[in-house]
Amino acid sequence: MSEPLRGVIVSHSAVAQALRVAVAAITGLDDALVPVSNDGCDSGALTTRLAEAIAGRPAVLFVDLPGGSCLTTSIRLARGKTDVAVVTGVNLAMLLDFVFHRDLSPAEAARRAAEAGGKAIRTPAA
Amino acid sequence: MTIALYRIDDRLIHGQVVVGWGQPLNLGFVVLVDDAVRDSPWEQDLYRMGVPPHIEVVFASVAEAARGLPQWEADSRTGILLAGDIATLAALGANSHQIKRINVGGIHHRTGRRERLRYVYLTDAEAAQLRELAARGIEITAQDVPTARPVPVAEFT
Repeated sequence: MSEPLRGVIVSHSAVAQALRVAVAAITGLDDALVPVSNDGCDSGALTTRLAEAIAGRPAVLFVDLPGGSCLTTSIRLARGKTDVAVVTGVNLAMLLDFVFHRDLSPAEAARRAAEAGGKAIRTPAA
Repeated sequence: MTIALYRIDDRLIHGQVVVGWGQPLNLGFVVLVDDAVRDSPWEQDLYRMGVPPHIEVVFASVAEAARGLPQWEADSRTGILLAGDIATLAALGANSHQIKRINVGGIHHRTGRRERLRYVYLTDAEAAQLRELAARGIEITAQDVPTARPVPVAEFT
């Protein structure tokens, strides 16, 4: 069996770390996700942090915003690689789906996670 | 309106620029001055992804920016001009008398730099370059977001 996908959460401030902790608290899985913050980084330093987090493994990068330094750095790093996919607008629901589907290809896991994350956004009647 | 902010920020277009400054300024356009990005349509697409469609993004080389400044200063919308390093704005300032103020928004850690503020790391040469620009009459302050105190150049160089 091939190595399970690694999820890397790329965010401003401590959002990534908080999401990783929340996923571990809910699922008991604490080795599926790696948090990366852009705190104090220019694009070069953030690239280094991201590369260390991916560690040469197949991965999906979960980015907080659909623009800005976290996204631009992630896309530059994923460019031309078939074993790294990028999803923006990370939320808890998409991460919970991802950690149970780490046997898919990066592209398929990213597509699935994006769908799960989108479905979680609702405006229920109070 | 005019160019409201001449900003040095090594992240170029990112959240602090588009949202932090963009919302209160009712931003209409961004001029990104960077010779490498100017020559790369792929990089330009990447930076455009972070900008709402109602904000125009102009990619300019230093030479193009020097020529375009009078037009952007006369624009009816409010704009931000962004450069990724001190040298780029210094080169632009040397070719234009339009720049009266520079905002140091983010220069992050790199070998040889030391921390001056939480979001400003400078080598001694870079600090001297900022003081030199200030001596030419340009008001230089560090301020990452609008709600922060503008820190005068003398306090961090």
